[in-house]
Amino acid sequence: MPIVEIPVGPQHPALKEPIRFIFQLDGEIVVGAEPRLGYAHRGIEKLAEHRTYVQALYLSERICGICSVAHTTCYVETAERVFNVEAPPRAKYIRVIVSELNRIHSHLLWLGILAHEVGFDTLFMYTWRDREMVLDLLEMITGNRVLYAINMIGGVRHDITPEMADKARKVMDYLEERTKYYKRVAEEDPVFNNRLAEVGILSPSDARRLCAVGPTIRGSGVKTDIRRDDPYSAYDEVPFNVITYDEGDALAKTLVRIDEILESINMIRYALDHMPGGEISVRVPMRPPPGEAVGRVEAPRGELFYYIKSDGTMRPYRFKVRTPTLANIPALCRMLEGIFVADIPVVVASIDPCIACMDRVLLIDKSRGKKWVWTKEELRRYSLKWYEEHGRR
Amino acid sequence: MGLIAWARRSSPWLLHFNSGGCNGCDIEVVAALCPHYDAERFGALLKGSPRHADVLIVTGPITRQVARRLLRIYEQMPEPRFVLAVGSCALSGGVFQESYNVYEGVDKLIPVDVYVPGCPPRPEAILYGIVKLLEKARGAKNVEK
Repeated sequence: MPIVEIPVGPQHPALKEPIRFIFQLDGEIVVGAEPRLGYAHRGIEKLAEHRTYVQALYLSERICGICSVAHTTCYVETAERVFNVEAPPRAKYIRVIVSELNRIHSHLLWLGILAHEVGFDTLFMYTWRDREMVLDLLEMITGNRVLYAINMIGGVRHDITPEMADKARKVMDYLEERTKYYKRVAEEDPVFNNRLAEVGILSPSDARRLCAVGPTIRGSGVKTDIRRDDPYSAYDEVPFNVITYDEGDALAKTLVRIDEILESINMIRYALDHMPGGEISVRVPMRPPPGEAVGRVEAPRGELFYYIKSDGTMRPYRFKVRTPTLANIPALCRMLEGIFVADIPVVVASIDPCIACMDRVLLIDKSRGKKWVWTKEELRRYSLKWYEEHGRR
Repeated sequence: MGLIAWARRSSPWLLHFNSGGCNGCDIEVVAALCPHYDAERFGALLKGSPRHADVLIVTGPITRQVARRLLRIYEQMPEPRFVLAVGSCALSGGVFQESYNVYEGVDKLIPVDVYVPGCPPRPEAILYGIVKLLEKARGAKNVEK
């Protein structure tokens, strides 16, 4: 059978930013995947060199709207090393609380998207409803739902009052119950299991070799987490477990994320109970001394890396960002090899891509020179229909 | 009012296009469509294909790579078509102004009917924008090409 190529993307109606894949198919099997990145390139690194350190903070928050706290935390942690200042202990605890709330919201959002991809829209609606409670909590603490602007160089901008802490504890109790329910669904529901188990397997050696990060590598049984390996903020004081599953398939990555929500809930409870008193920010000069620093943060999707170089002026001389999704793309291409076309949406979703899309699928049959176009929705429907007809292979 | 205009007013179909934004507006657009805010009570339905859509929701500053694709999507939509620009980036480029790679606003490329400001706008604001657009759609004629 001739090899058929399918270009997928870059437009799409879903959440994700534009990316394009060219899939090479042998019948129903994917034999190769080739990504084309850069549709969302906004020139942020260059823009930051023309902004002051404070302005660049707001720019860094807008690299990604879903993991915005991870970006600002990484920026301020790196900038504080350049400025030679340290945030007060209370500010560090507030950073941990907001980061973990952000992780819960990101993982719940992702669980909903995954449920949508496997045709389980009820779960999608449930998780997005529960996610609203996290967003309400974040809005109460920071004043906004998505871009919080809570971190600043030398501390945080808003304090958490005892009333806020009480409300947060109540929401955590509710979320814990719901998350345990979602875990039961993921483990026992036949729809979920049939579509996720043994799909898109990434072996531990491949995960290490291709430098996967975050839940993608933890789903392959490799115990790595920047919060434990290179603690920042107050993560060296807050106890937590690094979750790993050994199977390496899409189900293992799902369970890693659900368990991480439970860990985050416990971390927030601990941080609320053990928050030290005192100031929440320190004064920082306008100009840092010449120097450079790197910072690493565990974003919901994996390791986030920042580099800032200062030449002693008000503006950064060089600003470099490496996001977790980019690190996971080579591993994703490996996972896509050998799967069915109908599994593409699930496997791409399993790395929680911040940039991924499958809106318009152009199918080209090389032998006949025939072309046709699919939207992402049609690809999803095709995958649901294919599984209805073929059942579990 | 004709049957088509009545159907369009009662059930506008939406196409959501991210033109290189940060995802912040995109998750708020989806949140507006989910049960908590429920834009579907206005008949609004998210579709995957521009050929089915009446309303194009654009988020993000237009990067140079997606500009041509945005134009192509806009041209594929049947008339009358409406454009809802959501978020500061789609209005003016937002924080990405002066970048070498963005167009600083959807209206530089295609005509925009309703602007929803905010970074990102709340789901309530997006709902308000959709309602405003429906009012505008009420006056629109069924234009033949």
